Amino acid sequence: MAVFVVLALVGVPALVLWRVLSGRRELGSSPAERATFETLHTASLAAPPLRAGLTESGTLKASRHLRALLGSPALAITDRERLLVYDGAGEHHAADAFAHAGETLDDGRTHVLGPDVISCDRPECPIRYAVVVPLTPDDRVVGTLAAYGGHASAGLVRATQEVARWVDSQLELAELDRSRTLLMEAEVRALRAQISPHFIYNSLTTIGSFVRTDPERARELLLEFADFTRYSFRRHGEFTTLAEELRSIDRYLTLERARFGDQLQVTLRIAPEVLPMAVPFLCLQPLVENAVRHGLESKPGTGRISIVAEDAGAECAISVEDDGIGMNPERLRRILAGDDEERSGAGGVGLANVDERLRQVYGDEYGLVVETAPGAGTKVSVRLPKYRPGVSVR
Amino acid sequence: MSPAYGVTAVVIVVLAAVLIGVFGLRISRTTSDFYVASRTVSPLWNASAIGGEYLSAASFLGIAGLILAYGADMLWLPVGWTGGYLVLLVLVSAPLRRSGAYTLPDFAEARLSSMTVRRTASVLVVLIGWLYLMPQFQSAGLVLRTITGAPVWVGGVLVAVVVAVNVLSGGMRSITFVQAFQYWLKLTALAVPVVFLLMAWRADGAPGISAEDAATWAVPLGSGREYPLYSTYSLILATFLGTMGLPHVLVRFYTNPEGRAARRTTLVVLSLLGAFYLLPAIYGALGRIYTKDLIPAGRTDAVVLTLPGELIGGTPGDLLFALVTAGAFAAFLSTSSGLTVSVAGVVAQDILRGNVRSFQVATVLAVIVPLVLASSARSLPVADVVGLAFAVAASSFCPLLVLGIWWWRLTSAGAMAGLLVGGGLACSAGLATIVGGPYQGVLGALLAQPAAWTVPIAFAVMILVSLATQDRVPGDVARVMVRLHTPETLNVDRGDWRPRRT
Repeated sequence: MAVFVVLALVGVPALVLWRVLSGRRELGSSPAERATFETLHTASLAAPPLRAGLTESGTLKASRHLRALLGSPALAITDRERLLVYDGAGEHHAADAFAHAGETLDDGRTHVLGPDVISCDRPECPIRYAVVVPLTPDDRVVGTLAAYGGHASAGLVRATQEVARWVDSQLELAELDRSRTLLMEAEVRALRAQISPHFIYNSLTTIGSFVRTDPERARELLLEFADFTRYSFRRHGEFTTLAEELRSIDRYLTLERARFGDQLQVTLRIAPEVLPMAVPFLCLQPLVENAVRHGLESKPGTGRISIVAEDAGAECAISVEDDGIGMNPERLRRILAGDDEERSGAGGVGLANVDERLRQVYGDEYGLVVETAPGAGTKVSVRLPKYRPGVSVR
Repeated sequence: MSPAYGVTAVVIVVLAAVLIGVFGLRISRTTSDFYVASRTVSPLWNASAIGGEYLSAASFLGIAGLILAYGADMLWLPVGWTGGYLVLLVLVSAPLRRSGAYTLPDFAEARLSSMTVRRTASVLVVLIGWLYLMPQFQSAGLVLRTITGAPVWVGGVLVAVVVAVNVLSGGMRSITFVQAFQYWLKLTALAVPVVFLLMAWRADGAPGISAEDAATWAVPLGSGREYPLYSTYSLILATFLGTMGLPHVLVRFYTNPEGRAARRTTLVVLSLLGAFYLLPAIYGALGRIYTKDLIPAGRTDAVVLTLPGELIGGTPGDLLFALVTAGAFAAFLSTSSGLTVSVAGVVAQDILRGNVRSFQVATVLAVIVPLVLASSARSLPVADVVGLAFAVAASSFCPLLVLGIWWWRLTSAGAMAGLLVGGGLACSAGLATIVGGPYQGVLGALLAQPAAWTVPIAFAVMILVSLATQDRVPGDVARVMVRLHTPETLNVDRGDWRPRRT
């Protein structure tokens, strides 16, 4: 038994290691093939740390592989302000490395520095020459790459330039990554909080109608309206608690009820366990607004809306249902797919907006689910996870 | 005692559980009053729910049995199971709530931003859950055998099936009010008989324990177990530090609106548990006087059930017996469903695909494995096996939580190493005790109560590996620490949400 366990513990890793090593050996039969493979492999190792941009930690990790590519004894990378990394032999040159880069940073051209600039009094030091190449992603000089060595052949200059071009392309990709992240953030910010101008107009008209007949009621409604707008227009934070969101919906419905009277009936079923959950700001209010519009505005008689929030383990299941005129599923699909013409019509903006934001925050599997047909009412369901990294109320 | 009363009690409790499970949530609170609907769960309700889920078969039956058998040393069990909440209150509850984490793997991810640590934590949650579920099923079998004489496995299968059906039908998942009710049911089921038992004891002339017992049983470290001093300290360590690592307890803290409420809830839990745990000690002592014959029979876990019949007898005795039986079954059902939900949730989310179907598969897995374990393992006192689950939690999640919250130099590599070494050692010790054994001498003591050596080892490994890998401290650690430790009302920069880079 014990022998078997020991065999397994030692044997399996050994087998894996052997496979890996032999796999590498099989890759190239001729020296040229092997060299190509080695070069590409080294380059691929250096790429990920550079994708974070020109940072100290990233260049430190990449420098070893870049030096292997160049085959030079030492290598230095600077940005415009300081030395980022000096890697290899002759550490005492590191202090001057930024000074060596000065000229290149100024004119953006390759410079070869000879022993008159580089040389030191240590006989064992292999560093005599330096090839300093600018790093120019997007045609701006953002730093330099310097190869240090005992000679400066045309080949080394050429190789350093090529490596610098490769680093440039990685830095450009890093920039692209960054702009993509910024774009997503900007999108989320642009998507938030669009309360409908119709609602403001309708509310003010309703309040206006009460001013003479029931001034006390008008005052209360006006205060509700003020609270509602303060919540909807707030600028800080992407998230709020479900309890806060429900409170805002309450204000919204109070104003709508003032307008519709008994025609609007609301049923609630909220599991108290999910109230402290962090949810995207204004993620439910547009759904309720949509339900009011479809459940009431375009239909005679009483409209019923039910809002349900249930606890479902690590998630919360929320649904908003109305018994209104419903919608053509095909048209709804176009609205959610982002067809602007359709959106500008009915209250689709809110739904599409919420759908998009939920997908941004939680991923594609957490979009809206809409069940509807003409004349059959509409039910909008959404699942929200209780925890997602970074999602929290301040 | 006649089995009819006991069977009726079991049937009523099981039926009630199934009915609540199927219809419970559908009795909707139909209202258009948002003020009522948007009120969060108060600390008292939440604490009762925690108590309802936490007080398992081990608390309801096991402690009294162990006190009956081993005496004063075993009083540390209820003390530790309550005291664990003190440690939780002081070190963990508020920061954990502020982290926004729902489960322990969530916390690992929030603090260390590492998916590897998250997965490891998930596996440990499952192991602890199984280790905790197993004795619940075993004692359900024991109770049913005491009532009807049915084979031991029948009770376990009954509880497992009811729990699985309940969880699968979507009811009884985590409804605070149902679980809160369970606490008060268990308290009543244990407290009411105690009053009558004490009256009967007085009427009997209030006999004391025998002189021999007074010299050994009632004296600390006089229990006759091997290495009593080591075992006692190990038990204290496991229970005090293990409570914070129990998956079904921690998810309840999410229901609190903020850190302060989480602390309040913990405080209330402390007093509720303190009140409850006075009772098993009385049962244990009365059992030592009247039902000593259970010890040689190896059925000490049944002391709570046999005392009413023994001391009172007749129809009143039968009624009290039925009440205690109902409480015991409520204990199995509430704890088992809480654990099953937690284990299934983690399995579905982190190990399977995370949709509804995988939750169903996970539920079945969460119930089947401990059921098989329960029927194949040798019969140990229920409180001892639960103690092993506590030991695993104390030597894996306690270091992760305490260091994660209070030490910013913790790295993902250190956490991984600590979880694997601490959790691995405690798990192996637990499995060795349950499946193999019984072992004699030092080895037996070390394996039966592993916490005293696994907890320090886990802490040491976590700290040393973290110190060796300081370059891997997560970049956002300062932000996370601010988030964990500043009250929600304070307006400080806690960082912004950023889209995930793909």
